Amino acid sequence: MPELLLELFSEEIPARMQAGAARDLERLMVGALSDRGLLFEGIKAFSGPRRLTLAIAGLPAKQKDVREELKGPKVDAPAAAIEGFLKKTGLTREQLKVESTPKGDVYMALIEREGRETAAVLAEIIPEILAKLPWPKSMRWKPGVATRWVRPLHSILASFDGETVPFSFAGVSSGRHTRGHRFLSEGKIEVRRFEDYEAALKKAHVILDAEERAAIIFEGVKSAAFVHGLELIPDEGLLAEVSGLAEWPVVYVGSIEDQFMDVPPEILQSSMRTHQKYFALRDPKTGKMANKFALVANMIAQDGGKEIVAGNERVLRARLSDAKFFWDEDRKIKLADRVKALEGIVFHAKLGTQAERVARIEKLAGEIAGKIGADVAKAQRAAHLAKADLTTGMVGEFPELQGVMGRYYALHDKEDAAIADAIRDHYKPVGPSDEVPTDKVAIAVALADKLVSVIKFIDVDERPTGSGDPFALRRAILGVIRIILSNGLRLSFFGLTKIVLGAEKNSSIHRAATEIGVLDFTMDRLKVALKEKGTRHDLIDAVFSLGNEDDLVRLVARVEALQAFLKSDDGANLLAGYKRAANILKAEEKRDNRTYISEVDEKLLPDAADKALHAALAKAIGAIGPALDKEDFAGAMREMAALRGPVDGFFEAVKVNADDPKLRENRLHLLAGLRAALHRVADFSKIEG
Amino acid sequence: MPKAKTFQDLILTLQNYWAKQGCLILQPYDNEMGAGTFHPATTLRALGPRPWNAAYVQPSRRPTDGRYGENPNRLQHYYQYQVILKPAPENVQELYLGSIREIGLDPMLHDIRFVEDDWESPTLGAAGLGWEVWCDGMEITQFTYFQQVGGIECDPVSAEITYGLERLAMYVQNVEFVYDLAFNEQFRYGEVFHQSEVEFSTYNFERADTEILFQHFKDAEKQCQALLGGNRKLALPAYDQCIKASHAFNMLQARGVISVTERAAYIGRVRALAQACCQAWLDSPQGAYTPRYG
Repeated sequence: MPELLLELFSEEIPARMQAGAARDLERLMVGALSDRGLLFEGIKAFSGPRRLTLAIAGLPAKQKDVREELKGPKVDAPAAAIEGFLKKTGLTREQLKVESTPKGDVYMALIEREGRETAAVLAEIIPEILAKLPWPKSMRWKPGVATRWVRPLHSILASFDGETVPFSFAGVSSGRHTRGHRFLSEGKIEVRRFEDYEAALKKAHVILDAEERAAIIFEGVKSAAFVHGLELIPDEGLLAEVSGLAEWPVVYVGSIEDQFMDVPPEILQSSMRTHQKYFALRDPKTGKMANKFALVANMIAQDGGKEIVAGNERVLRARLSDAKFFWDEDRKIKLADRVKALEGIVFHAKLGTQAERVARIEKLAGEIAGKIGADVAKAQRAAHLAKADLTTGMVGEFPELQGVMGRYYALHDKEDAAIADAIRDHYKPVGPSDEVPTDKVAIAVALADKLVSVIKFIDVDERPTGSGDPFALRRAILGVIRIILSNGLRLSFFGLTKIVLGAEKNSSIHRAATEIGVLDFTMDRLKVALKEKGTRHDLIDAVFSLGNEDDLVRLVARVEALQAFLKSDDGANLLAGYKRAANILKAEEKRDNRTYISEVDEKLLPDAADKALHAALAKAIGAIGPALDKEDFAGAMREMAALRGPVDGFFEAVKVNADDPKLRENRLHLLAGLRAALHRVADFSKIEG
Repeated sequence: MPKAKTFQDLILTLQNYWAKQGCLILQPYDNEMGAGTFHPATTLRALGPRPWNAAYVQPSRRPTDGRYGENPNRLQHYYQYQVILKPAPENVQELYLGSIREIGLDPMLHDIRFVEDDWESPTLGAAGLGWEVWCDGMEITQFTYFQQVGGIECDPVSAEITYGLERLAMYVQNVEFVYDLAFNEQFRYGEVFHQSEVEFSTYNFERADTEILFQHFKDAEKQCQALLGGNRKLALPAYDQCIKASHAFNMLQARGVISVTERAAYIGRVRALAQACCQAWLDSPQGAYTPRYG
């Protein structure tokens, strides 16, 4: 079956955009083909520094013919309705048939559409798709052409079943030519089919597939390292990036001068990675960073790479001289003496300076330390120094080294090791895959740093919106949740919020709004976090909506106990009984315009099932409370489970809406008792299913 | 290919190369400015429909980059080689690579790469997409397709190529310390410029009178606005004043007397001047000149 080969050849596409563009191109093409009834066997998109390619196998030569009957308006319908139908079907009134139905005679249209040639359909849809491709940033370049692309587009190769698909986009007409490597190949290459295409490119020193390029680089760096008795320090992000910077990746190894080797390894690595995109290597025996690095060029140089390596070593030398300069200079001023300079740095217009921010973190860190059994003085000291490295030259140059440098400078100043570590670790977890701090001093500062941001930004109404989270508050609160849960910390969110807002002169209404805002925001994120673990979000709502649960550890324990309970036979049945009771209550309360509150008249329980339920409820209500107080959630569930039998028995044996109004009222009170008992544990009405 | 052995050889080679490509070879603009882009031959000529190809050296002043002559590659005064091609020729990357070969960097021996780097000048209200060009990991050129200047869309789009001459010369001459560059066969770069770097660093950071600078800024702003008022707008003299205001602002930054919040306000004021000048230029005879195509 015919195949389509489409290639967009342009000037250098930013590495970070390549993979996304390939995915978007594939997605848009799949959508457009299926809209037009064109099925295919396989599709694959490729991306690289100068090209986006799409290969689709097993397309039909033609669309299927369409034959369908459409029912129209009645024969005696208003003229406008009939006109509308004719317009819709593209037929004349003579071409319509009349069919009698029980409702009268109606017009029927028989529509027959011959399938079009796939090539013609492609010529139509490809330019539309290209116009829709959502580049993060795009540009104009040709006089008189408003169409945008990521960088100037030079040629389009579009071949269906070996023939050019004719169209033009952004002033470029499609054809059957491409080009190879910028320096290692010459002239145009004619291609008609994918199998020739990939091979022709390889001959012209272009590796089409980004994954293949990444594999070549990975293997190349590994074996180059091995030759020197070293190993690669893995770096997925860097690997992906450099795969987008070379069409023909070639790995070379360069050396780092000894004079730089006493600079902390993080600095060396940042220097190499951020600016130069080099891979750092290490000694497999000691784990220490080696004085060699691997670079990926886009060139097989005629001199075997001598000039390239020498040039890169020189650039690195200049970079590391800068870094070493900062390292030497920064240590001349103590971290503690840098804190004052934070007064001159605005953190946020509504929240004041970095110094004010640090004061808040220091206060909260001390309070948290007290609650979790950390050394309060150390937590306060670490918080005090936590942001001081923002004023150093090194962090100015390499922002990603914030915290890391703070730790080195703190150790140099002879600060306590726990304080130095906390300065580094208070940013953790940086992302979902980063680990959370486990040392108590670090935990106190890490929590304080994140909570102060969340609380203060919510307090000044800068909460994240659907479209944006400029202060990364979602990530911050997710970090808080992970730290609290993984360390099992018992903290009251209301309490923490109060501490942060303590010194502010806001009205009590505003303050209460912030407290609730912080808790709501946290719960939203908690649901997302727990969802990934398979915890049901409706159960979180069910427990949370009882109110006053602001201790995350306890909340999660309750939710998990509830989830386990509902999975059991007793739990599922009890939930069904609850729903039945709640539904009856809802209907009857509406009808009677009153609320039933379990004021059961014990003398009016004629049936054994009435008595059994009443007794079971009394026992459960008496036991659930103390179990909850002891945080024995499994015990509370067991007490609830004991209700299942009496509830089932009650619904089997008695009629709630008894003829005797007194009895009916009493039984509704009984059901209200069941509702109240279960609501001690969770708001069961929030539970789905 | 013989390498451009000296700093001045490098400049002469580029001048000859771009002259051969049909560029007007202009001279530096006689106002202090932060980059070659500020030259009216780029800022103003990038606007409007008239084709324009020009190349020139522009001394660039970055007061905050002064290091008293002690840093191996940072200078408060350095040279840019600036090329502006409007409309951007389809083979502009090839033209550029031709210039690199001409100065003695053989792409078959080196690793030349175009790495994403979009350019933006908040003071000029200008932005474009492009790359920094790497040679063996060293950034040697900034390459930009202008999309907007003075807040006005560029149509047609220009290509701007900016070589940092000292950096490029250091690479070609294999020199690690800028002052060691051979300026010609007799003089090193340091003999020409070291004292100037020391003195100007002192002036920029310590001695420049901030009251006078604030006054310069206000005067330039006022004069610029006056020249753009009334019936007879004078786009070019007004733009001179805009450049002067921008430089006064850069000097005030170096003296450390502009706070973070004020900084944005000052940039906004310079941008407002630049935008008004650009609009006035478009309304002027050269700015509005429309070539007859075909």
